[in-house]
Amino acid sequence: MTQYLFYPGCAMESSARAYAASLASVARTLDLDLAEVKDWNCCGATEYLGINLIPAYALIGRNLALAAQQAKQQNGSGAHTLVASCSACYLNLAKADHYMAERPVLGDRVNEALAVGGLGYKPGTLQIRHLLDVLINDIGISRIREKVTRPLHGLRVAPYLGCMVPRPDYDHRWSDHEQPDELDRVLRALGAEVIDFPLKSECCGGHMPQISPNTAFELIRRLLQGADQYKADLIVTVCPMCQMNLDAYQDETNRHFHTRYRLPTVFFTQVMGLAFGEDPGALGFGSEIVDARPALARIGTAPVAAEPSGAGPRAKAAGLPMPGRRPEERER
Amino acid sequence: MTATDVSPAEPNHNLRFLEEVSAATAGVSRLEMCIQCGTCGGSCPSADDMDHTPRMLFAMIRAGMRDEALRSNTPWICVSCYHCVVRCPQDVHIADVMYTLKSMAVRAKLYRDAKAPEFSQTFVDAIENYGRSFEFGLATRHYLRHFPLRLPGMAPMGLGLLTKQRMSMTPHRIDGIDQLKAILARAKELELTS
Amino acid sequence: MTTQPQDPAQPKEKIGVYVCHCGSNIAGIVDVAEVREWAGQRLAGRGVTVARDYKFMCSSLGQELIEKDIKEQGLNRVVVAACSPHLHEGTFRTACGRAGLNPYLCELVSIREQVSWVHTDKHAATDKAKAVVSGGVERVRHHTPLEPLRVAIHPATLVVGGGIAGIQAALELADAGKKVYLVEREPSIGGHMAQFDKTFPTLDCAACILTPRMVSAGNHPNITLLTWSEVTEVHGYVGNFTVKIKQRARHVKTELCTGCGICQEKCPKKVIDDVYEAGLGYRKAVYTPFPQAVPKYPVIDVENCTYFRKGTCRACEKLCPTGAIDFAQKDEVLTVQVGNIILATGFDLFNPQKVTQYGYGRLANVFTSLEFERLTNAAGPTNGAIVLRDGKTVPKSVGIIHCVGSRDRNFNNYCSAICCMQSLKFAHLVKERTGATVYNFYIDIRTTAKAYDEFYQRVLEEGTLFVRGRVAEVTDAARLPGEEGKLILQVEDTLAGKQRRIPVDMVVLSAGLQPRADAKATAQVFGLSCSADGWFIEKHPKLDPVATMTEGVFIAGCISGPKDIPASVAQGSAAAARVLSTIDKGEITLEPVRASINATQCSGCRICNTLCPFGAISFLEADRVSEVNPALCQGCGTCVAACPAGAISGTGFSNDQILSQIEGLLMLNMEYA
Ligand SMILES: Cc1cc2nc3c(=O)[nH]c(=O)nc-3n(C[C@H](O)[C@H](O)[C@H](O)COP(=O)(O)OP(=O)(O)OC[C@H]3O[C@@H](n4cnc5c(N)ncnc54)[C@H](O)[C@@H]3O)c2cc1C
Ligand code: SF4
Ligand code: SF4
Ligand code: SF4
Ligand code: SF4
Ligand code: SF4
Ligand code: SF4
Repeated sequence: MTQYLFYPGCAMESSARAYAASLASVARTLDLDLAEVKDWNCCGATEYLGINLIPAYALIGRNLALAAQQAKQQNGSGAHTLVASCSACYLNLAKADHYMAERPVLGDRVNEALAVGGLGYKPGTLQIRHLLDVLINDIGISRIREKVTRPLHGLRVAPYLGCMVPRPDYDHRWSDHEQPDELDRVLRALGAEVIDFPLKSECCGGHMPQISPNTAFELIRRLLQGADQYKADLIVTVCPMCQMNLDAYQDETNRHFHTRYRLPTVFFTQVMGLAFGEDPGALGFGSEIVDARPALARIGTAPVAAEPSGAGPRAKAAGLPMPGRRPEERER
Repeated sequence: MTATDVSPAEPNHNLRFLEEVSAATAGVSRLEMCIQCGTCGGSCPSADDMDHTPRMLFAMIRAGMRDEALRSNTPWICVSCYHCVVRCPQDVHIADVMYTLKSMAVRAKLYRDAKAPEFSQTFVDAIENYGRSFEFGLATRHYLRHFPLRLPGMAPMGLGLLTKQRMSMTPHRIDGIDQLKAILARAKELELTS
Repeated sequence: MTTQPQDPAQPKEKIGVYVCHCGSNIAGIVDVAEVREWAGQRLAGRGVTVARDYKFMCSSLGQELIEKDIKEQGLNRVVVAACSPHLHEGTFRTACGRAGLNPYLCELVSIREQVSWVHTDKHAATDKAKAVVSGGVERVRHHTPLEPLRVAIHPATLVVGGGIAGIQAALELADAGKKVYLVEREPSIGGHMAQFDKTFPTLDCAACILTPRMVSAGNHPNITLLTWSEVTEVHGYVGNFTVKIKQRARHVKTELCTGCGICQEKCPKKVIDDVYEAGLGYRKAVYTPFPQAVPKYPVIDVENCTYFRKGTCRACEKLCPTGAIDFAQKDEVLTVQVGNIILATGFDLFNPQKVTQYGYGRLANVFTSLEFERLTNAAGPTNGAIVLRDGKTVPKSVGIIHCVGSRDRNFNNYCSAICCMQSLKFAHLVKERTGATVYNFYIDIRTTAKAYDEFYQRVLEEGTLFVRGRVAEVTDAARLPGEEGKLILQVEDTLAGKQRRIPVDMVVLSAGLQPRADAKATAQVFGLSCSADGWFIEKHPKLDPVATMTEGVFIAGCISGPKDIPASVAQGSAAAARVLSTIDKGEITLEPVRASINATQCSGCRICNTLCPFGAISFLEADRVSEVNPALCQGCGTCVAACPAGAISGTGFSNDQILSQIEGLLMLNMEYA
């Protein structure tokens, strides 16, 4: 069994407890061994970078250095992979690793700072990956499918990745920057009905609810509107920040626009656990602000056959042939 | 940073502003390669709220319009969605340039709306003290100060987060906080901008 | 070194050294007079009897200087210190020849590219120039008179690719009375131009101007048309190429077929035509790609034919009135002899599915430029009606996106040159035929050829709405009222400085041109090189755009990069002219720089046989030694370096020549001088 180093990030201990709980359960089912990086610190989210450059990278650098150190001690096979579950953490770790090499002066200064704490990090030592990437590429769809005991038939889900997982994608790990299909494939393996959600990699608003609420509400509204147009029961996300914005600010957004969306938003590990037969309570269900229970009640019911009304452009045309979607031809 | 090799007759002291921005950006910014195609401005999900599109901002930087560029709300409205970054035909590191502009604006005190820089600063203060972010402290302080009117409407949500144990009332402090503080202190001395 | 010991044996060489100023190109850095003076004095003991400097050695006056010295002073070796041999070696050799000296006794050493252009320190540069001259003097002492090789030219020509460039080249040659083999891998010639309806900027009907050319090529007594064929092997050298051509089985006996078309009409198997219809229309398993195809005979596509796949059907065979269908036909390999080769294999369209934000392949009403050409073509799947993917709805608004996959570091860096004009052509056609609102989204409008900008003016006048901004995304996610059911183009209107969302019914992607997917394999068959991105490389991008580094192999049309039809045609003619001039000479002269094997030293190990990239070395079984065919050898030197017995030497690059040049460069010759 491969052991991965795991960087949970601050949200997993507070706002995204449901993510942490469901991940623990799913990891058990899939024999995924995640070793938490000891005494990790906050990655700085999107805040520190806008204040001070070298300190921001040194902050991330400490995590990389600790993880690399731990990897060396454990000396297990494959343990040079550092997995993050939060998109911003994933991006920050990957970004520091990437830029410390691309801009040597940055790498040198970060290491100079780390040296004060007796630490150091050589870029490229660790492979930084997002949890979803590990689940789909290492564990594999077939293993996930094997473990499904309660298929999510009848549940229409909107796969929602947000921005910082498929972009900027320094290591070219994702199928696409705009319309990646990794999450779709996982959810389909669980038996859910997955809508072809065009906004799957649009922004949730990030920290905007705290800075420019009107900007944030508009971004949140678009996502709710999109998921609603496709008659999704549930939005499934891979990121604590996305979950927070869509879930906790849904009411305020509705008030702002006089809309009445009720779209529960949960983590992909939660629906995985559900399909694996785990008890919803143990997966953190119930901690969402927009209640997911009505949606979950749909599991096992007949699927609604509905593409968004007036979605003319995508309706299967009887007339001229459509170009085939040939993902294998995508180069990157 | 001063523009030493600009001809003395050049009335604009900031002709080298672009180089200054590039130097202070994490990766290799490639800002000088911008062809003003507008892919970035077209991609921005929050463009409607920006003073200038990113493309215009880059033109201003190139023109040496230092103060105007640092006063623009654009970098603060940028949500770091990286749409522009992957689409830019010239591979300009747009999102990272936005971070650079924010930090320059903070240093030059040229931002016009204090919400964002103060939010970032509060967030960073927590990290520097505890090693972890502290959402409850951050949120209460921030909302009280900047959005008192939103509080009543938000109360149920905040309460929900608390009762659902999604927000903790006490911050978590990492063991190596002294080590972290020392690292950050040294890092500040090593900053790329003067 | 203070004294110059007398050389015991006064050299018999009388060498003239000429140092060129190249205006200030050389003289600006190198002290030319000092080099001249130094050479005259210090190299006198090495045979230098004349040393001069001159402003422009390549000028007539400069050349006359050399000629005069040869005649009057009896020079028997010449060293010119100037630019690079690439530029002027020929000039000075010819000058020597005019004065009666064997041209190969002249050596050109570079003090411009290798000295003045790459140094800033005048002193050091002058010293280096002296060393370079000294090396040249030592080397030229070992030169021997050579005679250029003469090779007879076979008068037939192979043209590969039957697009407009290849057709043009073939016709020019055939009209001049020369034999041509025109090889095309599709069932018909015509290339991309056959897919278009109208051509910019004149809006000529493509078929009306192309079909007569195709017919001439098909009927020409001097042209052997080999369609459904590919070149598999090429051996030989300029003047004498042996070419193997695989002719795929058509499964139609051309001597019986009348081209009546009954077979295609009755064939029950319909397939999407990815080539000629750009995936937008259908053809049958037995087909001619389009009505005006040349030749008129159909082919059976065995991958899709029901009979070949399942063993039943044979409808075509039963219904053919002349019994022309022949399921038993086999591929044939033809061997032909030609003197020259012209490659005109054209381009592929960039696949815009890679630009996922434009939704091609996901959003039905996003079309590629080639699909759009088929929509407008009267012989296309909609009989020329511009309609949406449903096959019936006429769009009320159309957005045309420029630069798709071009000028983009994520895909192709270069500008595809034709797509601005092609996008303007589309704007005009949409307006004219549907009256729809048309938007063109561009970064820059590039309309540089004759009558192109006038066409832009015309399209402006017609009311096309130009938006300067590269489209960020095309989406069907409606956000605002009025967007439902539409495709929304999100773009920054850079001139207005505002992000706009423009809903339209149809989007056309002006995808770029890119090298053929198999360009590298093709290049290998013909011993050519492609650039990193796959375009074939010209011998000289400005001065020799249709020749290649391989003698006797020429290129024309889009094979070397994006071009419009006029430029492709011009290149077809140019390549034909180059071929004609060699055919008319009857023979060509080749540089005598060749490898030769010393049979007494050759151990017969045969290492060189496989290494030679031009297949010039063969093994003589009887004598158990290898031998170089001087007409094939290009003098690359690979074998010389590889031979473990040191049996191979290259003319002009013998060990003596190289080692003494090195000695000269290191000024070791001062010790003998
Ligand atoms: C959408 C679009 C619209 C255009 N409109 C215009 C216009 O209006 N006006 C204009 O001036 N230009 C236009 N152009 C440009 C024009 O298409 C080219 O200039 C022209 O087609 C180049 O001709 P070619 O013979 O070099 O290549 P091609 O037309 O590509 O022909 C190459 C031929 O070689 C054959 N071939 C390829 N490989 C092999 C092989 N290995 N062996 C044998 N045969 C092979 C192919 O089957 C093909 O028949 C347009 C281009 C596009 C994409
Ligand atoms: S997308 Fe890139 S090249 Fe285009 S305007 Fe923006 S930064 Fe410049
Ligand atoms: S990263 Fe920022 S600048 Fe770029 S598209 Fe997103 S919001 Fe706009
Ligand atoms: S039916 Fe026979 S004669 Fe007519 S086109 Fe077909 S093969 Fe030729
Ligand atoms: S045998 Fe093949 S080509 Fe002939 S009619 Fe049947 S499917 Fe068509
Ligand atoms: S010709 Fe025009 S559309 Fe084509 S790549 Fe060049 S600029 Fe873009
Ligand atoms: S020098 Fe040798 S390897 Fe090169 S072409 Fe001549 S024979 Fe072949």
